[in-house]
Amino acid sequence: MIALSDYLILGAILFSLSVAGIFLNRKNIIIILMCVELMLLAVNMNFVAFSRFLDDSAGQVFVFFILTVAAAEAAIGLAILVVLFRNRRTINVADLDTLKG
Amino acid sequence: MQFEAPNLIPVAPEMFILGLACLVLVVDLFLDDGQRIFTYALTQLGLLFAIFLTLSVGQSEAQVIFDGSYIRDGMSDVLKVSVYIVTMAAFVYAKEYLKEHGLFKGEYYVLGLFAVLGMMVMISSQSFLTAYLGLELLSLSLYALVAFDRDSKTGSEAAMKYFVLGAIASGMLLYGISMIYGATGAINFETVSTALAGTGMENTVLVFGLVFVVIGLAFKLGAVPFHMWMPDVYHGAPTPVAQFIGSAPKIAAFALAMRLLVDGMMPLHSDWQQMLIILAILSMALGNVIAVAQTNIKRMLAYSTISHVGFIMMGILAGTSEGYSASMFYAIIYAFTSLGAFGIIILLSKKGFEAEHLDDYKGLHERSPWFAAMMMLFMFSMAGVPPTVGFWAKLFVLDAVVSVDLTWVALVGVFFSIIGAFYYIRIIKLMYFDKPINTQPLVANMDTRLTLSINGIMMIALGFFPATLIAVCVKAIGS
Repeated sequence: MIALSDYLILGAILFSLSVAGIFLNRKNIIIILMCVELMLLAVNMNFVAFSRFLDDSAGQVFVFFILTVAAAEAAIGLAILVVLFRNRRTINVADLDTLKG
Repeated sequence: MQFEAPNLIPVAPEMFILGLACLVLVVDLFLDDGQRIFTYALTQLGLLFAIFLTLSVGQSEAQVIFDGSYIRDGMSDVLKVSVYIVTMAAFVYAKEYLKEHGLFKGEYYVLGLFAVLGMMVMISSQSFLTAYLGLELLSLSLYALVAFDRDSKTGSEAAMKYFVLGAIASGMLLYGISMIYGATGAINFETVSTALAGTGMENTVLVFGLVFVVIGLAFKLGAVPFHMWMPDVYHGAPTPVAQFIGSAPKIAAFALAMRLLVDGMMPLHSDWQQMLIILAILSMALGNVIAVAQTNIKRMLAYSTISHVGFIMMGILAGTSEGYSASMFYAIIYAFTSLGAFGIIILLSKKGFEAEHLDDYKGLHERSPWFAAMMMLFMFSMAGVPPTVGFWAKLFVLDAVVSVDLTWVALVGVFFSIIGAFYYIRIIKLMYFDKPINTQPLVANMDTRLTLSINGIMMIALGFFPATLIAVCVKAIGS
């Protein structure tokens, strides 16, 4: 039997990976979008594990909502990415530097 | 299993706004560019009707529906009505600007209405799920609105930054929620609150959860050190969008903080109080100090927002109903003041020219004495100079903090407000004592002039009679 703490550690590792991916990545915005998705999946892992061990279905319902919102979020994120690429001809993170001060 | 039909009367305004957004979307398809004014009129009439609808379903006692995940109470009624009014005014200001910049499209109003719906859900949320859904509906609409001018380089960059940081914030918030769910076994605020009262802070999972929820909240509010997106979004977004983001969502963010922290996690008050003290002091310090160095007025207002967020948090951290009502008063007043200040920027902007540099405000008094006076009222109100209403807003919050023996926090707040007064008064100096660079007289439509005048006069009228609005806030929090 896999213990609850194992699932939580896995969730924490996935979450840390996604945060590290967002902040260390200097090259490509698409990688950031992937990390954002990974972050939500790490949360889903937590919810499902808790839901299973607490024997309570609210967590699983929450997961369905997160998945739906994640899809909408990915759609908007990619749409913004397309607009950005059309305007700037680049999706390099380091080039997004016109706004500062 | 017994099926009970939920009582849908308390959510009638939400259903109406949802229907309105869909209607506007469809009606707009059948209009050509010359007839967009109908979309605009339909939106405004709909929002006006929503005010009456919200007031008519409002009662004195709170109603909890949908199995305890949605609430309609005094606070939600007052905040929703403020959101409608702020949104209506923002749409009035936006109309001419959008026409001149070729952005007068139906989508603007559809996205605006969905954002309003998101804010309403946030304001009325009574479980983590509804809070999250409302927050996402608001955020997704705002991301799209920031990128609304799709040929603008700065707009798309700002949208991307806003999107990434907003998504991280949602992730953090959700991670915290999952931990709290694990520790308490519920997502309803009431059940969570009861469970927390029993366990306290011994549970490590709970500590994690609380920290992540506060971080997510701070991101959405724009509190230091999670404020990075705000200046860029205000700067890059089209001015009417920046105006909208800077006004109504602040009211909703206040409501979200109230629901999550006060309704959901009041037993942990002493723990989140410490975190909010740090966030509030950092926000007031960094916001006010960096705003002094800005030459772009939109960036300056962004940093000023950050410092005002510090004040809003200060009222919440007091943990008394006096503090909550002071904070609520502050959030509503701030939304209207920010609305007016951005209204002046929109008024001065013309086709191909954004009045975003401080120098563009030189000699405004010679160009239009009336609107220079209005801008002066907005700036005085933000700085907290009596007799404008901003003074009372600050006073009530400080009073609430002092009465829970956190006098030092209040003193820090006052100290940084004094620094903040410098950059607000600098604009007044530019308007009244410098020679104008551009001497063209101001031209604006009647509706913009009227709304701006009412907005400005409100600052001074509420300054003389603050009791009218604070009484409403106290009553709303008390019920």
